[in-house]
Order: sequence, then C-alpha cells, then structure tokens
Amino acid sequence: MTAVGPAPAPAPAPASGAATEAPRRMLERVSRARELGIVAAIVIVFLVTTGKNSAFAHGESVQQLLAGTCLIALLGAGETLVIVTRNVDLSVGSVLGLSAYVVGDLFAHHQEMPQVAAYGVGIGIGLVCGAVNGLVTTVFRVPSLVVTLAALYVVRGIDALIVNGKQVDPASIPHGFQELGSAAVFHIPWLAVFVAVIIGVIGYAMRSFRPARDLYAIGSNPDAAALAGIPTGRRVFTAFLISGGLAGLGGVLFLSEFATVASTAGSGYEFLVIAAVVVGGVAIFGGSGTVLGAALGALLLNTINQALVAAQVSAFWNQAIAGFLLLAAIAFDRFLALRVNRALRSAERGAS
Amino acid sequence: MVIEPPGEGSPPVVEMRRVTKAFGAVRALEDGSVRLVAGEAHALLGENGAGKSTLVKILAGVHPPDDGEVLVDGVPVRFAGPAAAQAAGVSIIYQEPTLFPDLTVAENIFIGRQPLRRGRRIDEAAMNARAVELFTRLGVAIDPRRPARGLSVADQQIVEIAKAIAFRARVFVMDEPTAALSSAEVNRLFDVVRTLRADGAAVLFISHRLEEVFAICQQVTVMRDGRFVRTDPIGDLTVDQIIRSMVGRDLSALYPKTVTEPGEPVLEVRGLGRLGAFRDVSFTVRAGEIVALAGLVGAGRSEVARAIFGIDRSDAGTVTIGGRRLRPGSPQAAMAAGIGFVPEDRRQQGLVMDLAIDRNVALASLGRLRRFGLIRRSAETALAADWAGRLRLKAGRLTDPAWTLSGGNQQKVVLGKWLARRPALLIIDEPTRGIDVGTKTEVHRLLDELVSQGVAVLMISSELPEVLGMADRVLVLHEGRLAAELSRADADEASIMRAATGQNVGTAA
Amino acid sequence: MSPVDQLEQDPAVAPTPDGAVRAPRRGWGALMRWETVLLALLLASIFYGSQVSEHFLSKSNFFFIGLNVGEIAIMALPLTLIVITGEIDLSVASMLGLSSTLVGLLFREGWPIWAAVAGALVAGLLGGMLNGVLVTRLGLPSIAVTIGTLTLFRGIAEILLKSDSVTGFPIGLTNVGILPVPHTQLAYSVTIFLAMAVVYGVVLHATPIGRKVFAIGLQEEAAFFAGVRVQRVKFWLYALSGLVCAFAGVLWTFRFATSRYDAGTGLELNVVAIVLLGGVSIFGGRGSIVGVVLATAVMGCLQEAFTLINVDPQVQNIITGVLLLLSVLVPNLPEFVRRGRRALARRRQPRPT
Repeated sequence: MTAVGPAPAPAPAPASGAATEAPRRMLERVSRARELGIVAAIVIVFLVTTGKNSAFAHGESVQQLLAGTCLIALLGAGETLVIVTRNVDLSVGSVLGLSAYVVGDLFAHHQEMPQVAAYGVGIGIGLVCGAVNGLVTTVFRVPSLVVTLAALYVVRGIDALIVNGKQVDPASIPHGFQELGSAAVFHIPWLAVFVAVIIGVIGYAMRSFRPARDLYAIGSNPDAAALAGIPTGRRVFTAFLISGGLAGLGGVLFLSEFATVASTAGSGYEFLVIAAVVVGGVAIFGGSGTVLGAALGALLLNTINQALVAAQVSAFWNQAIAGFLLLAAIAFDRFLALRVNRALRSAERGAS
Repeated sequence: MVIEPPGEGSPPVVEMRRVTKAFGAVRALEDGSVRLVAGEAHALLGENGAGKSTLVKILAGVHPPDDGEVLVDGVPVRFAGPAAAQAAGVSIIYQEPTLFPDLTVAENIFIGRQPLRRGRRIDEAAMNARAVELFTRLGVAIDPRRPARGLSVADQQIVEIAKAIAFRARVFVMDEPTAALSSAEVNRLFDVVRTLRADGAAVLFISHRLEEVFAICQQVTVMRDGRFVRTDPIGDLTVDQIIRSMVGRDLSALYPKTVTEPGEPVLEVRGLGRLGAFRDVSFTVRAGEIVALAGLVGAGRSEVARAIFGIDRSDAGTVTIGGRRLRPGSPQAAMAAGIGFVPEDRRQQGLVMDLAIDRNVALASLGRLRRFGLIRRSAETALAADWAGRLRLKAGRLTDPAWTLSGGNQQKVVLGKWLARRPALLIIDEPTRGIDVGTKTEVHRLLDELVSQGVAVLMISSELPEVLGMADRVLVLHEGRLAAELSRADADEASIMRAATGQNVGTAA
Repeated sequence: MSPVDQLEQDPAVAPTPDGAVRAPRRGWGALMRWETVLLALLLASIFYGSQVSEHFLSKSNFFFIGLNVGEIAIMALPLTLIVITGEIDLSVASMLGLSSTLVGLLFREGWPIWAAVAGALVAGLLGGMLNGVLVTRLGLPSIAVTIGTLTLFRGIAEILLKSDSVTGFPIGLTNVGILPVPHTQLAYSVTIFLAMAVVYGVVLHATPIGRKVFAIGLQEEAAFFAGVRVQRVKFWLYALSGLVCAFAGVLWTFRFATSRYDAGTGLELNVVAIVLLGGVSIFGGRGSIVGVVLATAVMGCLQEAFTLINVDPQVQNIITGVLLLLSVLVPNLPEFVRRGRRALARRRQPRPT
C-alpha cells in the first residue's frame, strides 16, 4: 500500500493513539483468527482421526469428505449473504429438494435434454423462490424468519405434491450429467472444484464490489444504511435472490451427485447450513463474516461427522454435534465480543 | 489562522427565515431564523424546548417546515428528505454518531462511493489513502484500516466529519458535540472546526457550554420558546446578556420554593464508584430536601443515579436507605427500599409508549393492586384516575396509549407511576427536559410539595436556573468525581460552573 | 437510537415522517378485530369441511379434530408468552421428540411408567432452562439459540433411541389416542389444552406477571426501569416452555402408543403458525389467548377437512405456510400501503454522490 500525501501531522491529542492500539490489534487478530482457527480445528480433527484409523487419510475417504461438504458449503454461501444483512433464509433445503426433483423428473421424460437446460431450470426454480422470499421481506416488511419459515413448508408441500410418492429413477439420468457429481481428479471431486470456484467468485465479489459492501453496511447498522442512501430493499432482495438461486443450483448438483431424489431430499439442510455458517464466523446479527468462513465451517462440521464414522462412533451423533457446535460458536463469539468491548472501553477511559 | 470575512453581498450559505413547525397541538417552532455564513462558526443557544432541535431537523431535511423559508445560496429550497439535504451540502454531526461498527473507518467514510479501479472493483488502497489525506487535513491520527467498532465518541465524530467532507458538505451542524468529550478531545475538535472554517465551510454549533461558544464561534443566535430572540457577533455579548436572552424571565417567580426544615437522612452514599463512569462519590440526602446533582454532560450524574437505583451495578462503595444497606444492581431492591426513579430518557426508559396510560401508571404498583393473585381492574383504573387528577393530566382517555400525550403530560405519567408508591426518596433525572413552560412550573410545584411532605429528592439537571431555583444543596460533579458541595446560599452560576469545569479541584465541602 | 431519534425532543404526537398522525385504537374495537376475522375463518373452515365430506360434522370427527391438534395447541400456549416478550422458541417440536424418546427409553429400561414420564418432564425443564440461560445470561439471540437447541435436542434423541421404536405402553394410557374423555366428544389432549388455555388466559390478561410480559415485549428497557425482572421472567418462560413441550411429548407418545426419536419432526411450523395466526405479533407486545384458541380451532378443522379428502400432510403444509404469512400480512396492511407509497416517493430521490 503506498501512502499518498504528507505524513500525518503530530497527533494533537493522544485520544485515538497508542492507548487504543492494543485493543484494536486484538480486534484484528480476532477476526483473522476465526478462519485460521477453523482450519486448525479441521487439521486437528483430521490428524487425530487418522491416528485412530489410517484409512481416514486415504484418497477415497478424503474424496468423500470433500464431496459431502460441497452442497452445504454452496448453500452456505447464499445463506451468508442473507445473514450478513441481518436476515435469515430457512427455505434453502426445501428449494434444493424441489429443484432436484423437478430437474430429475424432466430428465426422466426428456432424456435428451441438454445439461445447460437442466442447470437453467434448477437455478430458475431457486431464483423464483428467492425472489418471492425477497419480495415479501422487503416490500411487505415481514420478518424474514416468518417468511422463510413459511416458505420452507410451502415449498416442501409443493414438492410433495409434485413428487406424489414417486422417486427419480437413477437410470433416467444421463451419464454425462452425472459426471460432475461423481467424477474426481486425483481424488478431488469435480464437484468440489466447481463449488470452490463459485465460492471463490462470490467471496471476491463480497470484498470488491460496492453493492456487496452495502450488504455489510445494512447488517451492521440498518438505520445508518438507510440514512446513507443505500437502497436497502433492493440489496436485501438481491441477497435472497442469490440465496435462492444457489439453493436451486444445489438441487441440480444433488441430482448429479446422487441421481435419485425422493421428496425428503434436502430436508433439514437449512439448519445444518446455518450451523455451518455460524461456526464459520458469520455473525447471526449481521454485518460481518465471509463465504470462505462459511465454507470452512461446513468443512469442519463434515470432517467431524466423517471422523466419527471412521472412529466407529455411530452416525447418529451428527445432528447433536451440529447443534452443540452452533451453540458453542455463538456463545464463544458473544464472549469474545464482550471481552473486546470491555478492553476497548477501559483503554478509552485510560486515554482521556 | 486568519479568516477573511466573507465578501459583502454574497448570500449566506444557508438561511432559515421565520420557519414554523407544529406537531399536532404542540408548536415546536414559531419563528426559526438563522443565517449561516461561509467560514464562520455560528452558535445556536437556547434552553431545552427552545426549538433548536426542531430547527436542525428541518435543516437536515427530516421534516418539512409548515411555514417560512429555507434558502441555500440565496435560493429557496424544499428538501424532500435527508438525502436531498445532504446533496445540497448540509451535514449533521450527531451527538452519538452512528457508524457501521463492522466496517473499517475508511469504508465508513466512503460507503456507497468507494473509489474504483478497473472493472468496477473497489480500490482499497486508494480508499485508505484518501482517508489518510482527509485525516491529515483535519490534523488527526486515526487508522483508516481499523474497524469502526470501539472507536471513542470523539473519534467517531471525527470520522463523521471526514465523511461529510468527502460528501462535499458546506454546512456542518454539530449538535452538542462536546457533551461526551474530554478536554483534550474538545481542543482537538476545535482545531478541526477552525480547519473547516478556513476551508470555507459554515459551522452551526449547538451547545450549552458557554465558554466553548466564546472560544470557537463568531456569531451567536439565541432562541427561546420556539422563537428567534436575537443574533449578534460574539464580541458584542457578555455571558450575562446571553443567559438573560435565553431565560428572559424573572427567575424567582418561576421556582416556588418553600423552605422546609430537613429531617433525618434518607439516602447515604459513601465512596460509590463504577468503573469508567465515576469514583468515590459520597453525599447525604435528608427528608424534605432537594439535592441537585449538577455538572456538564458526561460528568457522570446520570450514572450515579442509575447506580443508586440499581440499573447499573456499582463496583465500590455503599448506598444506605433509611439506615439499611441497599443491595447493588437490583432495581427491585431499590424500589422495595422506597426509592423511585424518573429517568432521563422518557421515551425509552420512562414509559412504555405503546401501553395505555393507566397501565403505565400502575406498572410499578402491580403488587399492591393484586388480590388472590389477580389484578383488580377497578383498583388499577382508580389509581390511574387518582393520580391523573392530582397531577392535572391532560389526556384523551386514560386507556389511550402513552404516545398520544405531549411531553409534559408524559412526564406527569412517569411521576404518577412513582409517586403512587409513596417513595421515601425520589430520584429525578432532568425533570423538565423537553417540556413546555406551563407544565414545567407544575412539575416544580409538585417537587416542592413533595419535599414539604417529607420526601427526599435527588435531582439531576442541566438547566442552571432550575438547579439554582429548586435545590437546597448543589453537588457538582466533574469528570466522575465530586468537585464541590454548595449550600443554597453559596450556589450561583459562577461557583457551579467553576466546579463543573474542574477549576476548583479538591474543595468539596 | 437512530440519529433521527437523537434530535427528537418533544412532538406531542409521534409523527410519521409523512406528517400523518396515528390515531389510537380504542377499547374492545381494537382487540376484537382480529378475533372476529378468526371467528369468520373458523366458520368458513367448518363450512368448507362440511362441503367436502359428509363425515365432517359427525360427532366422532369432532373427536379427531381435537386429537390432531391437541399437542400442538398445548405447545402453543407457552410459546405465545415467549413471542409476546419479543423472543422465539423454535426448539418446541424437538423437545417433544426428545421427551417421547426418553419416555420410551426409560420405560424400556424397566422404569415404571410414571417414573419414565417424570424423567421426561425433568429433561424438558432442563432443556428449557438451557434455552433460558443462553438467551438471558449470555444474551444470545433467541432465534440462533433455539435453532441450535432444535438441532441439539433432536440429535440427542437420535443418539438415545437411534432408529428404534418403543411400544408396549400400558393400555390405560394409550387409550388417550382412541377414546375421548368420558361423557364428551373431546380428546384428552384438547381437554387439557382448554384447561391450560383458561389458566394461561387468566395469567396473561389479569395478573401482574401478565402485565410484565406485555411490558417487556413493548419496551423492555422501560419495563426494566420500572422494576420488572426482565431476565428472570424470560428465563422462566423458556423453562416453562421446555416443561410443557415435554408434557406434549408424553401425550404424543401415548396417543401413538409408540416412542420414536423423530416424533414431531417439522411440527414447529404448526406451533408458530397457530401463535401468529392467533394474532400474536411477531414483534412482541401484543396478543391474546382467545386468539390462539380460535386459531387452534381453525387449524384443527382445516387439517381434518384435508385429511378426510386424503390430502398429503406435506401438502397440507402449503396451506399452513400461506396462513402463516397472511396472519402477519393482513393486520398490518394499512401500514404496508403507507410504507409502500413512501418507498415509491423515496425511490425518486437522487442518491447523494
């Protein structure tokens, strides 16, 4: 970073100077530490489990680990955008399920459908759901909790209506389409690469584009955002739109990965996604957090799940652990915030 | 720095002429007039309720005026909203700035207008550099890369000012900016104001602290009861003249004061302290006495009151009521011991605005209205009606929500709520803030009545005339410590202000 | 406080920015409006039910309506109080499941049935207290906390019972799922619900604690300044919710004569829907038990009508979701229209550069 202009004039008052340096550095360290901390936790869990069961570190196992994380990480990116604005999207799981089934059904009746169309339809369904969520939340000012909770069930109901007890037959899914979901290179699933690229793009956009920074402003202080002239309605709507679109995309990828879809597909995902996102450092009150963090949170949760399987603890523990980690994460964040606030306040008093 | 006076004939940057504004039945502004000239710092003085805030809100584009004109560069304008006012170059620096705590300082300044590089991507380096430029120009050192969370109030104000400059503001309105600042920070702010003036901006400075007004402003406008009173260059006025214009009436007639013989001590505070707010405060309030806590805003007066009542937990010292030690940090214990607390912020703390008037009055007396576990509705309405009558409450129906009342009547409801408990000690923070003159007198008369009945009153007030008129003793706080204790005879404007500004450290009576 | 509020001194009546002044709604008129809508909805659903099936108005059907909705309605009562204080509890259905799991598990281990029930109730109380501590002591947002405990409770239930199910409960108790209360057509769960509703109604609308609950929801800070122990009240509301949901879980277990870890999955929607449909404001501070009872009746009738014409329960949820949305939208319609008009006006303003 090049400094432009003359060096700052000698500080006329120490109020903002050295006394608040230490707490400020603590703040910075804390925010960067979150992502590193998750990576560290992942590594630790990985090493410990490999110690008990060396097969955990084998190619196939790692491949499965990455593949299993993908969908949650993808949905997590969209959820991050929504939560950053101080809203929540509880409908992502249902949207994923609906999208997966509709696309699967289309394949069943139109085997020659080009893949692009499949993606188009899936994402389109997601966008429509996201748009409705966004519209009701912004225009009608209904709290997003209520809107997306209702949407969760309405979409699942529509899905059940369409599915009507049937299932997508794996045989009807074109093999080329399934490539993305199942193939891998050097044990890194294409799916993971695909999702990683998307997350990378979104993450970069969140840092570098004005409308994305507006999202953070809205979540950080909604009143000030409105006063600053930020079009909050439009931005929040877009966040829901993207969240829905990604959930729709997730449905297509689900189909590609599993090739079979029942009406229970995606059920329960929303709570796992929120757990992953919060564990990954996205504040539930909005204003901070990254999609990278959310993805790492998803990876950590999945690593723990797979580790339990590898260590021959039953898979029945998954949900409880996700719930516990979510609670631990928000409690930890809160504890940290209180500590930092107290430090800053006493530093401030000391300086003045 | 030498400022060239603006050329004769060039219109003021902003002018307001005979602006009026009413809210329902209350006429907040009858005649608001002020002329803001480039390169000048202009003070706006007046008691609470004089109409300053309404004037500023109209200037900020929050409300449209009912009548009168607002002119920018001599051209009448009508702001459609705050954004339009901002676009016209008017920027308000609030007492407690609201920044985005999670964004960096630089982002706070440039949100929505961050400098871009190729591909419409935000140029973080340029943004930080521009922020550094702004801070350098203002002569302050704040790291633009740090998050805004945790910045001191003084620093937040500087960031707001930087933001306004980036917005090309030409008028900076500062509303009680020094309220929460230390003296070093105040000096820094004054340097910033001088820089702004040198760059040709106009500054409107609202403050209660007359010595600051004399230090930094060139022109003074005084308002009273919603009307413009006078405007003069600062050199032409004395403090006395200013105060008389602000108050404008015979002080003694305003404050009914029956001298009551004080009784037994009701409240004894010894060595009370709360980290970051105040230290080592000790005093006594006896039955039948009004003790006033005076001092500048930020001196810690409200904090002391809150600590006594238990809203905040004190870290040191003791509070004794009627001879019994009071458990810290528990409003219920304080209430049980016979303390009532009328808080400073009526709207957020004093009343539940959406709740009916009668239920508000009953809220602190629910236990008494209970029989077999159920609330006797008849007793509830009777209680409310009783106090509404005693306090001469002007309301539609007592079942209407509290927000339908004027400020003065709202204050009566809060008082009714606490007086219904027949407290031994009433703590009242800013008893007449934001209240019309007529109700003010009623409140003062009520307090007078209370003490003659043997209640002890601890009063916090920023209005010196009120303090001087009502108090039997004045305790002056300065930066969290008790600076002086003055008897009614010894207390006057000068002695209080001297103690409040720390000029007689260590002479507590 | 927003910057605009900070300059606020003393308008006689809080003005909306477009200058219009709100008039207060007075007396019974204000309260009754939504209850009247609900009554109309109830009559409409009964009419609809009678049209789609000849069995709808039969006595035994009345029993089934109550049976369907009993446990959900019971859980809606403490949730009503929680929502009035401005919080939420999404873990209700998971606690029901955990309670059912515990009853089955303990019973299978040989505990006498009453002890198993007691164990489940204690667990419910503790679970509710966990919610309470996290929300009050740690000050965590209730939506995040109860999403966490939703997952945690269900997860614990899964660990305990895995994919097993427990049956063999005493016939006398499992009869609650088959027989109505003697001499009536009411299911046991509904009877208990109605009795509880009376108690809750009295407590909420006619006792000091009820007044405090409303005050907390309307303006928490002012309530605190008036001596209300805000944190303590919220804590016990959550504890109560946990206990009552555990009780609902016990009833559920006996009704289905089976204990499974996934009992009640997805029911939280229905519980929240009944509360909001009943006119309880999601923002806190407003609501009535009468509304919740009426909403229960509406939901029960609709559910039964749909079941009679063989609509998939999942699909029934579409209606529940739509009703949920409508119950939040409709009461606020005039406000929305006003806001919409203002938003359009604001759109035409240039964004400052």
